[in-house]
Amino acid sequence: MKDWQYRLAEHRGTLIALAIFIVMFAIYTANHPAGFTANVVQTAANKGALLAFVAIAQTLVVITAGIDLSVGMILLLTNCLASWVVVGSPMETAFGAVLVLLAGAACGALNGAIVIYGRLQPIVATIATGAVFYGVALLLRPFPGGSVNEDLADALTGKIFGVVPASLIVLLAVILLVWIPFSHSVYGRAAYAAGSSEPAAYISGMPIRRGKFLAYTLAGLVAAIGGLFLTFFSYTGEAAYASGNAYTLFSIAAVVLGGVSLFGGKGSAVGAVFGALAFRTIGDLLFVFDLDPLWQPLFQGLILLAAVSLGAFALFRVKNRLEWFL
Amino acid sequence: MEGAGPLFQMEGISKSYGGVRALQDASLSIRAGTIHAILGENGAGKSTLIKVMAGVVSPDQGQMMLGGNPVQFASPAAAMEAGIACVVQELSLIPELSVADNVVISNPPQRFGLIDRTAQRRIAEQSLLRAGAGDVHPMALVKDLPLSRRQMVEIAKALTRKPRILILDEATSALTASDVSKVFEVLKRLRSEGLALLYISHRMNEIAELADECTVFRNGRNVASFPAGTKSDGEVVQLMIGREYQNVYPEKPTAQADAKPLLEVQNLSWANRLHDISFGVKPGEILGLGGLDGQGQRELLLALFGVLRGLEGEVKIEGKATKLDSPASARKKNVGMALIPEDRKTEGLMLPMSVRDNLSFASLDMLTVRGIVDKTKEAQSIDEMVKLLAIKTGALDSPVSSLSGGNQQKVVIAKWLMRHPRIILLNDPTRGIDVGTKQEIYLLMRRLADQGAAIVFYSTDYAELIGCCDRVLVMYNGAVETELLGDEITEHALISSALHIRPKENQPRERVSR
Repeated sequence: MKDWQYRLAEHRGTLIALAIFIVMFAIYTANHPAGFTANVVQTAANKGALLAFVAIAQTLVVITAGIDLSVGMILLLTNCLASWVVVGSPMETAFGAVLVLLAGAACGALNGAIVIYGRLQPIVATIATGAVFYGVALLLRPFPGGSVNEDLADALTGKIFGVVPASLIVLLAVILLVWIPFSHSVYGRAAYAAGSSEPAAYISGMPIRRGKFLAYTLAGLVAAIGGLFLTFFSYTGEAAYASGNAYTLFSIAAVVLGGVSLFGGKGSAVGAVFGALAFRTIGDLLFVFDLDPLWQPLFQGLILLAAVSLGAFALFRVKNRLEWFL
Repeated sequence: MEGAGPLFQMEGISKSYGGVRALQDASLSIRAGTIHAILGENGAGKSTLIKVMAGVVSPDQGQMMLGGNPVQFASPAAAMEAGIACVVQELSLIPELSVADNVVISNPPQRFGLIDRTAQRRIAEQSLLRAGAGDVHPMALVKDLPLSRRQMVEIAKALTRKPRILILDEATSALTASDVSKVFEVLKRLRSEGLALLYISHRMNEIAELADECTVFRNGRNVASFPAGTKSDGEVVQLMIGREYQNVYPEKPTAQADAKPLLEVQNLSWANRLHDISFGVKPGEILGLGGLDGQGQRELLLALFGVLRGLEGEVKIEGKATKLDSPASARKKNVGMALIPEDRKTEGLMLPMSVRDNLSFASLDMLTVRGIVDKTKEAQSIDEMVKLLAIKTGALDSPVSSLSGGNQQKVVIAKWLMRHPRIILLNDPTRGIDVGTKQEIYLLMRRLADQGAAIVFYSTDYAELIGCCDRVLVMYNGAVETELLGDEITEHALISSALHIRPKENQPRERVSR
């Protein structure tokens, strides 16, 4: 095999997710009454970006062969916190935003500490911490309310130069400033290695604990960025239990769509972002085809099943049945 | 370097797991610029010894000295830091990462805090070349490589760390003969560069060729140290097992019964890997599969056992064409086939589950009444197998992972024998297990054949094929190259057919594993 073939194989999951997204989005805009305009793209980007942040957070944990069922609750907690502190003068707003990000990172670090040092199963540990985070969110906002610096909110959910959605720029910045450095660092590689084969990573002397801890912490941080954006869209804080859980489950669907292996060690946050955007487009598709809202969840489920099955097509070509289980 | 004190010394090292003493007051002394061989049966404490040296486990007692200074290793990383690198039997590669990622894994080159992929590629290429594995592409994923290539990557990875002491634990067990000779050149060069090498192998001829010093372990202690070549193979084996060394292979029956073949294969082909294979195996016969590693022997066994899809050709059982499309159909009563898989850790055993559960997995259908496992019947069958194979296990309820390699392999064999199969396929069953257990497996195979089983036996060890088989098919490039019968099965014939060269031509010097 040539170098480029190896490179293609490495990025296959991401490219498939990109292709799925492009096809869905093309169908969507083609059938949208307004067509492919800056406003349609902006609306789609804002809706998609929110799930994309949560999906990046989920990816960080999933590559370590873990899973974060608290990620939606971190989103709610940081949303409720932001509705208190991201207000006032530019200085106060900036300070508030940093506080929100730190709070998210602390939530992630707590998950990491419990999973790594407490040696609990990630699935159970994050169900428990998720309930705790939701509890704190509820204490912060027993009723929906609060406010946010609207200048900042409008700037970050609007368009830059009247064309490019600002939320996409922030998404790109997170990929460039958080994901790329992490995945190219020794700690990132240790996180991948631990997800693929933890005993082998340990015996090779890799910093697996620090790698995993960093992955969980960054997951909390990126979820908090999502929480900030949720506040920018809604101008309020709300501890909406169902919505938190929906984000958690959708993020898992998004990472799978994006070619990230739930067994760990494989996949990229870039793929997960496209997975999230594609997932959001499913909902929009049903909207442009004017489907009865009653049917939406059912169709959303079917399309998701079909999309996820695309990744399994390779199994039909398997000639050695043992490869089914690899 | 010669004449200087030992580079590494350990003294009075003891280590217990639970109640089991793995090492008892063991000592060892290694000099720079030498290859030091460690011999011993499985369970003699060799693996624990290495784990202590490599910082994987810490000893209960005793001390270690490196270059005259006392050392303690809290983790594998600490041992690596001190210059001890390990090529282990349980591979330490990360399957989802690329070869280059793996080779530089303990100390990747960095620029601005990030891993420098270009430099990484260069280092990986150099290391692969140094380890004699220049044919492995640095961007390939480790999980896509065959076992023998992975082993070479493992060696390249250890060399990247520029160690002072290199430990090789059964490092050649999965290698092809040509790789072994490459690795030996590498090891000899490293010795001349002043490294201390610790070499663990079950293959006596490798030790004879390589080692300067030998230390024999038995029951967790070092029982003897001597310069290589001062003791005969028989004496060494006697030191290892503590009993008289006998001919390890059972008598072959002089004349073959003139029976109809139980298993017949006609024109079997699969993908691009198996080409037009035809043969038959009679009840009471042990048919060997020989040839270099990776010539389609494994695929042939998997094909017979119903694992491969898209087969061409025909498989007949007792003369009747039979479609085998899954292991479940291959093990049915009317076929009665069993496959002892290559990798006992993944395909043979459920490691965390108990010995008892593992033993009855393959025959649960025969032990159940209306879907409920009949405990009495299960206990009887298990008892029978434990006796038949002399499985050493204190408690049947302890996890199978706590057994030694040899005993684990016995569990894999026993689990299939419980079904009383008529056709038994064995995929390199003696890889990495001790002399004593190997001998028991040889005897068992012959006994099963005498009871009427048809056996297909793939081995990477030519001596085993010569010692055990009535007939050998040597495979080359997915096809049967030669069929050797009875006295024709010689080392010379096996090697020349394996290398696809006609007899009487010039023989290249090639290593043979024994």
